[in-house]
Amino acid sequence: MNEPNARKTVFQFGYRRSADQDSRSPVRRPIVIVGAGPVGLTAAIDFAQRGIPTVILDDADRIGEGSRAICFSKRSLEIMGRLGLGDRLVEKGVTWKLGKVFLREHQVYSFDLLPEAGHRMPAFINLQQYYLEGYLVERAAELPAIDLRWRNRVTGVEQQDGFVRLTIETPEGEYQLDADWCLACDGARSAVRDFLGLKFVGHMFEECFLIADVKMSAEYPTERWFWFDPPFHSGQSALLHRQPDNVWRIDLQLGPDADPEEEKKPERVLPRLRRMLGERQFDLEWISVYRFNCARLAKFVHGRVVFVGDSAHQVSVFGARGANSGIQDAENLVWKLALVLKGQAPESLIETYELERGQAADENIGHSTRSTDFIAPRTKSEHLLRNAVLELAPHAAFARRMVNSGRLSMASRYDTPLSSPDREVFAGSAQLGLPVPDAPLLDRDGKQRFLLETLSDGFELLYVKNGARPNVPDGIRLKVIGEDFSDMDGAFTERFDATPGAAYLLRPDHHLCARMRAYDGERVREALARAKGLLK
Amino acid sequence: MTALRTESAFADPDAAYEMLVTAHRGASEAESAALNARLVLILSNHIGDIGVLQEAIRLAQTAGSRRAAPQDAV
Ligand SMILES: Cc1cc2nc3c(=O)[nH]c(=O)nc-3n(C[C@H](O)[C@H](O)[C@H](O)COP(=O)(O)OP(=O)(O)OC[C@H]3O[C@@H](n4cnc5c(N)ncnc54)[C@H](O)[C@@H]3O)c2cc1C
Repeated sequence: MNEPNARKTVFQFGYRRSADQDSRSPVRRPIVIVGAGPVGLTAAIDFAQRGIPTVILDDADRIGEGSRAICFSKRSLEIMGRLGLGDRLVEKGVTWKLGKVFLREHQVYSFDLLPEAGHRMPAFINLQQYYLEGYLVERAAELPAIDLRWRNRVTGVEQQDGFVRLTIETPEGEYQLDADWCLACDGARSAVRDFLGLKFVGHMFEECFLIADVKMSAEYPTERWFWFDPPFHSGQSALLHRQPDNVWRIDLQLGPDADPEEEKKPERVLPRLRRMLGERQFDLEWISVYRFNCARLAKFVHGRVVFVGDSAHQVSVFGARGANSGIQDAENLVWKLALVLKGQAPESLIETYELERGQAADENIGHSTRSTDFIAPRTKSEHLLRNAVLELAPHAAFARRMVNSGRLSMASRYDTPLSSPDREVFAGSAQLGLPVPDAPLLDRDGKQRFLLETLSDGFELLYVKNGARPNVPDGIRLKVIGEDFSDMDGAFTERFDATPGAAYLLRPDHHLCARMRAYDGERVREALARAKGLLK
Repeated sequence: MTALRTESAFADPDAAYEMLVTAHRGASEAESAALNARLVLILSNHIGDIGVLQEAIRLAQTAGSRRAAPQDAV
């Protein structure tokens, strides 16, 4: 792959005719994904790794222009690790963990995302969204099960009995395709949502933000800097954050009355940036002006159409919860749908996608709304309280914890009927409903591995050695800690509160769904059935 | 969860009131509002109980909108 020399088109793809366009009647496919953004591509790769073929339709034929997302969370990187992209993203990305908050010219608060030792992935990386998308497309191209069709615009979606009929427009005319399941991954302005007559419910913030990517060689450290009321942008907020290739993300709050078209003009943007960056040389890579939305669909599953990512919910940028939550949506849905398609789980399992990711969406919208309200108070009194927090912050610890320049995306804990409630007490950071924590292990040859990189795409049982290997039920991969792998430095034992004989059942998305102090085949069998939605 | 205490807690309520008044004396309206905001945050955190805070907010809202004239023994 060529490194982009910034600006405009970063990756260009071609339209190719599909045999499906020549068929007299619509060809039927198990899974059709609308939209080759980060979410649609993640879903397709995950399906392919589970042996399920997909068709992805995208109306564009390139990646580039706007950068959009830059902060990718540890959880996203772990998922990408399972999909074969983790190391590449971390290598290209900028790893950071320190954030500083300033009021006027003084620092009032700083945070350290403090990644504990013994995790394969960092807490956060910054990387232009177009790199993530480009790498995903390249990974998809390695997988024959993925049929990615550029310049295929979906212009109609009809629910039929047990399938979905899509109408698709291409440079060579229209064709139709039938899908057992259709994943709407077509972004915040989802056309599929409109075709089904569905509405986003939520809140539009009045405040305008200028978002710019500038290229410059600057000596600023690799930290997230956020200002309230800085001298260079009085009365508003500002953000500076580093990306790879000497590109810096800048957000400038513009107030509710700004005119987005005017504010995008270089003669407006450049003086604003010069006030911030001083005499330094810089090039503008990209600028855009946004008003943010926090909204979601009431339901994500509509017959055989499932909304995933921004088509299902949207948040403001503060907290980096958009792409990060969409990637988790995709991972949550795919293993469930794969089991349903293979006849190993009832169709009702898909309802738990809506339940689990609906909880996550509400949590994300809640955090994102609070952050946006803190950054852009809606009334004079709110402004007064906000400033009171900032003024107290240097003096009192409690106020520092209230400073909210974005609460960064963390993995969601699912309160779900797929979990078997604990019957014994466990300490440690592993929690029922959360993805399991990582830990360094040694394999049989004494080579260091991370727990998460040793996990498969299926159900897995971690068993802490206490005598013979247990005979686990079909459909579960067994890993004996103390035999197949050993705990390298005690981190596994501490994080799982592991004692000899303890057993931990992991879902295919590596969320912990059951655990017990002493392996019990019957309990494991029941927990597996519950996690597949086979128990009521 | 503890309930909001509305019975008098200060040994000398007049002194406490005077202290609050004095803190505002000479301040402009804006300075005064900002001072109050900081005080509210400091005291809320000191209480540290979201239920009590909720009750206090309700009481403050009600007291501002309705006139009640309970008879307390002096
Ligand atoms: C300024 C900004 C900063 C952000 N920063 C972050 C961040 O730091 N971290 C983070 O996690 N998120 C961030 N986000 C959010 C993130 O960009 C989105 O959440 C993410 O792109 C959503 O991915 P998606 O795949 O759901 O949708 P999209 O990326 O919007 O992809 C949708 C795809 O569907 C295609 N499509 C649309 N309609 C049709 C149709 N009718 N037929 C065929 N194809 C169609 C589109 O061409 C597109 O390729 C940011 C967003 C903005 C705007």
